[in-house]
Amino acid sequence: MLAFLLNRLFHALLVVFVVSVLAFILGDVVGDPVASILGLDATPADRLALRTRLHLDEPAVLRYLYYVQNLLHGDLGVSYAAQRPVSALLAERIPATVELAAVALTLSLAIGVPLGVYAAVKRRQMLANALMTLSVLGVSLPTFVVGILLIFCFSLRLGWLPSFGRGEVVTIGFWTTGFLTASGLKSLIMPALSLAIGQIALVARLSRAEMLNVLKSDYIRFARARGLKNRAVYFSHALRNTLIPIITVSGIQLGYLVAFAVVVEQVFQWPGMGLLFLQALGQTDLPVISAFLMVAALFFVGINLVVDLLYAVADPRLRIKTLSARS
Amino acid sequence: MSAVVNSKARPWSLSSLWRNAFVRRLLRAPAAAVALAVLVLLVLSAVFAPWLAQTNPYDLASLDLLDSHLPPAFVAGGDPRYVLGTDSQGADLASLILYGLRSSLLVGVCAVSLSVTLGTIAGLASGYLGRWVDGVIMRIADIQFTFPAMLLALLIGGISQSLMSNAMRATLAMPIVILALGISHWPHFARLVRGAVLVERQKDYVAAARLVGRGPIFIMGMQLLPNVLNPIFVLATLDIAFAIMSEATLSFLGFGMPSTQPSLGTLIRIGYGYLFSGEWWVVIFPGLTLVLILVSINIFGDWLRDMLDPRLR
Repeated sequence: MLAFLLNRLFHALLVVFVVSVLAFILGDVVGDPVASILGLDATPADRLALRTRLHLDEPAVLRYLYYVQNLLHGDLGVSYAAQRPVSALLAERIPATVELAAVALTLSLAIGVPLGVYAAVKRRQMLANALMTLSVLGVSLPTFVVGILLIFCFSLRLGWLPSFGRGEVVTIGFWTTGFLTASGLKSLIMPALSLAIGQIALVARLSRAEMLNVLKSDYIRFARARGLKNRAVYFSHALRNTLIPIITVSGIQLGYLVAFAVVVEQVFQWPGMGLLFLQALGQTDLPVISAFLMVAALFFVGINLVVDLLYAVADPRLRIKTLSARS
Repeated sequence: MSAVVNSKARPWSLSSLWRNAFVRRLLRAPAAAVALAVLVLLVLSAVFAPWLAQTNPYDLASLDLLDSHLPPAFVAGGDPRYVLGTDSQGADLASLILYGLRSSLLVGVCAVSLSVTLGTIAGLASGYLGRWVDGVIMRIADIQFTFPAMLLALLIGGISQSLMSNAMRATLAMPIVILALGISHWPHFARLVRGAVLVERQKDYVAAARLVGRGPIFIMGMQLLPNVLNPIFVLATLDIAFAIMSEATLSFLGFGMPSTQPSLGTLIRIGYGYLFSGEWWVVIFPGLTLVLILVSINIFGDWLRDMLDPRLR
């Protein structure tokens, strides 16, 4: 157990280290911070002063250490384009992305799991098979095509829902939320749906496969032999063991949702981190790009650690399996 | 002669399926048969696009601005010469889609070839050589697995394009997209091949080859590789759908194929700008084509996987 956790922790630190080196190279070696901060008509003396202040005349290893030190203090540099601290820019954008991903995750689990369980329990019925065929369509639909089709139907043709933005938001402390206003909720529907559709299909397929696996096992046969009703067998015996992998997979799902949120944010001009990153790419705004890289790495490493922990806590058999698969 | 007999005796299930039951089984699964038919049709029309398309959308001289913004022929105001309508330059949308399909498929196939090659070499080395080679390769794969492949492709493609001048971007866009997609997906193949090699290397024929003095390169390439081809083939089929979808996503975001050599994703990005002025056809038709090809690859790939290797389920 301890060896497994230490191994995962080492892996997490390794990923963060590798990405931080990449982010450092990107922000420090590729770009010229002095030229971008001072502009082209600065005096040589000013340049030299800034170079010293930014530690640019020191060796790369030391500069990397300064970079890590700044990172640990939450200092991610200054955006070239916005001329503001990157950390402030990110803090403004995080709520939009988190709310979008959270709603999409809730949708994908709340719809996907029941569909999958239904398809497994009634696997010989037409409707269940039709659902599974439909899930192939769900997996095959690119996120941005879904978004565009939704905009075409519900914004342009029917005029029911807004096609871009977050609507009105309410500020609570450092957090801005769209949950509390009617226009905020209306704006959320289509982005969350286009993000969720592929995931609903994936969750449904996964829950069906897991449920079918569990239904084949001995203890289910034994429960039936004891004369338990179908309902009791399915819900209090089978579903419980089906949920363990689904809960852990939903962590990975959250990762995918955040990745695809970049696409959805572009389609709906949703003011989240993904849109910030795309704009930064378009303007070659290196501090923002490298900060996004760093934040994404921390986020995904965090998710993976939590998922590994859940694995270890939820199912001791999986713990042993993961260990032997890795060695 | 003996070589022919030998190859027939080899229990390679893909070829034996093809000879014995492939067609029969395909006909028993109508969805897969239809998917394969659609796929073949789309691939053929992409390959023969220069002969099928009624106009060459890249030949600016043939474009007539008077024909621009025309809706599809079956809609009021449409022109029978342009079945699916025209874009803002007056190019025939059907021809644009045929050429776009060509770019999408080309990039998809190249990207998958790259990740298959990288992943197979890494998986063979990792599984057969073991020790530190295995440790290093699997650690790198693990690091990559931390990130969703799509995001990784976007990071590689987006950042490298963003660091380039516009002229460089125009010439290097396609190789960059292929590289970004290939690099982002090789670990899937490496893991698959490594797993299969770990099983195969226990077998007697590998020990026999080692006894007669065959080197590791020969054993990996000539003996292990043919025996792990099946799962690679299945994963590669499904992976083409992933590659095409990721390419379209990258292009839609503006970091994929350039507008001088548009793929379906590029067409959708350009068309999206006109959606709000009512020109729905320039974005809806390329989008539907993209969905059609992805759905048919996925249905056929799923069927192929169940057929060739039920363990992969």
